[in-house]
Parts: sequence; C-alpha cells; structure tokens
Amino acid sequence: MAWMSISIEEVLEAAKLARLELAEDELVQFQGELDALLGHFRDFQNLSDTEVLDALGAELPFNVWAPDLVASSLGQAFALRNAPRTRAGLFIVPTVLED
Amino acid sequence: MPGWATASELAGRLRSRELGCVELTRETLNRIEEDPGGLGAFLSSDRGEALRAAEEAQRMLDAGTAGPLTGVPLAVKDNICVAEGVTTAGSRLLENFVSPYDATVIEKCREAGMVIVGKTNLDEFGMGSSNENSAFGPVRNPWNPALTAGGSSGGSAAAVAAGIVPLSLGSDTGGSIRFPAALCGIVGFKPTYGRVSRRGLVAFASSLDQIGPFARSVEDAALLAHTISGDDPREARMRTEAPISLGGLRDRPLSGLRLAWPQQLAGPEVQPSIRATFEVAISRLIEAGCTCEEVDLPMIRHGVSTYYIIAPSEASSNLARYDGIRFGRQVEGTDHVATVAKTRGALLGHEVKLRIIAGTYALSAGYHDAYFAKAQRVRQRMTLEMDEVLAQYDLIVSPTSPVVAFPIGSAEMDHLTLKQLDLCTIPANLGGYPSLSLPCGLAEGLPVGLGLTAQRGMDESLLAAAWSMEQELGSVMPPSDAGGVR
Repeated sequence: MAWMSISIEEVLEAAKLARLELAEDELVQFQGELDALLGHFRDFQNLSDTEVLDALGAELPFNVWAPDLVASSLGQAFALRNAPRTRAGLFIVPTVLED
Repeated sequence: MPGWATASELAGRLRSRELGCVELTRETLNRIEEDPGGLGAFLSSDRGEALRAAEEAQRMLDAGTAGPLTGVPLAVKDNICVAEGVTTAGSRLLENFVSPYDATVIEKCREAGMVIVGKTNLDEFGMGSSNENSAFGPVRNPWNPALTAGGSSGGSAAAVAAGIVPLSLGSDTGGSIRFPAALCGIVGFKPTYGRVSRRGLVAFASSLDQIGPFARSVEDAALLAHTISGDDPREARMRTEAPISLGGLRDRPLSGLRLAWPQQLAGPEVQPSIRATFEVAISRLIEAGCTCEEVDLPMIRHGVSTYYIIAPSEASSNLARYDGIRFGRQVEGTDHVATVAKTRGALLGHEVKLRIIAGTYALSAGYHDAYFAKAQRVRQRMTLEMDEVLAQYDLIVSPTSPVVAFPIGSAEMDHLTLKQLDLCTIPANLGGYPSLSLPCGLAEGLPVGLGLTAQRGMDESLLAAAWSMEQELGSVMPPSDAGGVR
C-alpha cells in the first residue's frame, strides 16, 4: 500500500473521535508529527501476506474468561472521592442532551 | 547507610540488629528530601506512612517472622497505585488522584515487610524513553546530571543508581525498565508477561505492560521479582500461580550456555562504542564457557514499527477513561463532549496526545486492516521466529540500548529518533518474553547494558544465567569524582 500523507481533516477527525480538543497551531504540529510517525513506521506494510500469515504455532491472542461471581467492589465513597464534581452520592455529568 | 549497599546486604544488617528499620528508613527519607544532585527522581514521599511501615517491619524482625526483604526501603514508579497516596502517572490530569487501593505488587511488598518510601518520576503514562515527557520535569542521570536517566521509569532507575534506595519498581511496555537501567548502570528486569500481576498499574498498552524490579545486583532483582510475582485471582492474564523461584539462582554455570545474537540488532543504529563494549563482554563470556552465534531474525527489524501501531492503539482505548468526570482534574465545557475534549486537550501532554491520535487513526474504519491488523500478524510472525531461536539457544543477547545516556533537551533526539532507541527492547514485549538488562562495562565513560531475553516462563533460568554473568563481568558504579552522585 503506497503511503499517503495524512491531511489536517484526518487529524481533526481522529482527535474528535478521541475526544481531544486541539488548538489550531497544535493541529498543524500534530499533522506533521503524525505523518512522520505513521509514515516512518509503515515498513511492515511492504510485507506480503504470505510472509506474515505463515505464523501458525505462534502464541496467538486468546480470550480469558473469569467466573461471573458477585464480589465486593470499590464502594460508593471510594468511587466518588476522586471525582471533580459530585452531588448526593452521584457524579455530576455536564449536559448531554438539551431540553 | 552506604549508598551502594545491596538490598541483600542491608537486609542482613537489619536481621543482625547492626541496623534498625526506622533508622534506615529515616536516612532514606532524608536522602529523598535532599535530592542529591537535583536528580528529580521522586514525585512524592509519605514520611509518616513510611516510618509506620518501618516500625511494623522492625516488629516482624523482632518476632522472627521477617522475610528476605523485611525492612528494606522500596521506591515505586508513580503509575503503580499505593493506597491513600497520590498516583499521578506523570500527568497533570492525575496530579490530585488518590489511589483507592494498593496494586497487587504493593500488597505483596507490604506482606514481605518492605518499606515504601516514595513514588518516582516517569514519562507521562509511561510514554517516552528519556523521562522528558513527565509533566513534572525530567530525571537526571546520577552519572552526569546533564544527561537523561532514560525512560519511562527514569525516576526508579536514577533512585537506585544514585544510592538513594536499594530497590525500586518500574513498568516496561517497550523497554521502560531495561532502557533506563542500561543508561544508569544497574540491573532492570521485565518478567514474563503474566508472571507479575498488573492490577493497580495505570494501563498504557495492556498486551505489553509488565511490572518489574530495578536493583544493584541480579540477586536483589531476583528477590524482588520473587516477592511481587505469583497468583492474583483479580488479574485475568496470570500465566501461573507460582511465584518466580529463587532456588537455583547460583547454580547455572556459564559453561555450555548458548547465546544467540540477532544480526538485525547489530546494525548501524548501534553506536560503535556500545558495540565495542558489548563485544568485549561477549568475548569474556565465551572465555568463561558460553557459546555465542549470530542468528537471523528477519522480523525483528519490524519490531519498532509494529510496536508504534499496537501500543498507541491500545493506549487510545485505555486512556479513554480519563474524561475529567470520574477522576482527575476537569476543564469545564458547554456540554459533556466539550468538557471531556477540553479536559483531555488541556491536561494531557503533547506526546500522549500524539499517541492517542495515532492509535485512534490506526484503529479507525478504513485503516484498521492496513495498520492494526497487519501489525498483529507481524507480531505473531516475529514471535514464532523468536520461539524457534529460543528452542535452539538459551538466551537472545544484544546491547540493551543502541546509545549511551544523552543530554537532556538534545536537539538530535527528536520524537522519531527517540522512538527508535527501543529497537533492542521492544521484541521482548511483543512476544511476552522475560528480559533483563545487566551492566556489562562502560563506553565513553558511561554504562552499557547487556540485554538478555529468554523463552516465556523461563524467568528463573534467565536470572540464574544473569547472576553467573554478573560474577564474570562485575558491576559498574558512578565515579564519585565525575560529577555523579553516590
């Protein structure tokens, strides 16, 4: 796959998906750095599928299951103590939907 | 307290009553407050809690219930939770975060009677190789304070190398224990993925993260690895219930030990002075009975690229929890999404934001197969190649770092160059192998690390081989007349 430069719009979209507000000058800097990062670290994309698919026998990712048991948890007071804003034993979440 | 006493020596003096736990802890706390050399190794220290733990350790010694590390001071990387203390992970976003519980490794260290004396500086969320990405300033190298201690566990490495503490804990996602250990001239050990619980570690990349020890000797590293390893029913990825055993640590002769040196880790990226020191060390090991052969591991050359797709991808998911709602600081916006975006935009550091965006991009629709899926296949292929080599050899060897410690703020070390310094350490994380950096000499007057990697689960064999190599190669110590701190 030929390397294509990352556009400002793509950086903006990724930042939006990642919930990161970036200043205008930051956006330009990230475009350059992200382009260099992903562009530089793309060498494995030149490997053919036959080179990388022949990996039978390697320790493949596997899921880990735990029994679904009721157990003690953190507790409300502990869960809330690090929150910036709480009220009546609840987290205060800024408005999600308008009236 | 002699700054360069090992933990084993200190524990022996505590058991013989030559030294008291409270006295040792008080001296250690004073050293932390003095910050010799202005290293910036520590971010916080709870004097009252440490002295209480020292009194409890003394009671264990007096009652005859002490273990091999009872009363020994321990520094902890500030991305490992210690209950009721602040855990910043080197980030402004978490500068007021109070850990609600002890990480499993901390529980185990407390049970062993160790005394936690402070939390150490790090690159924000463990992302970096020079500790310059900490929101609270860099860590300086005890060998020369103008130089970096390495990262991301720079504070834990410098604290041990400077003689402030005999032992510390770090975390290693792509070399963050072994790389600073090499630059500071001490032992750094990343156990097999799954032999030490990560519960209570601030997650960076969950398929790669591993907690491990820094020490001044292999024996000390083995003692701490033994203490923190073993069963944790709250950690889903534990490989075995058995802790890392200390039996046989001194029983592995160098004679007949088979070493494999991948030629992909001997290229022009490795400084000539590092290569020369490494080759002298290997020659001495061969004279002592080891064999060392050059091997071909073609996929290793893609290790850094693979890592810089997989680790940011996992980080973009793990760090999504920092929303400024449930914990950490908050920057208020007009609505929920704006509040989260403003909080993260304002309080996360540049490198962390870069990696989150890179990971989000690599996982996004249209790019997932080209980046993340391909990187996972390369990772599996690389692991298979390394498994095949480790079926024929006892250890894979290379320099731990291709460079010696470099100046803080070096213009030559831009963000791309820094990322490539992990080329020798990353393969062990991608394959889950145990890996250790052992001091093996000096280059340009600075320490060089010998990187040793063994098959998964062979932590004991690796430590035993490293112990024998240490007897042959000796340790390195900062010269007191060279601007270093003892």
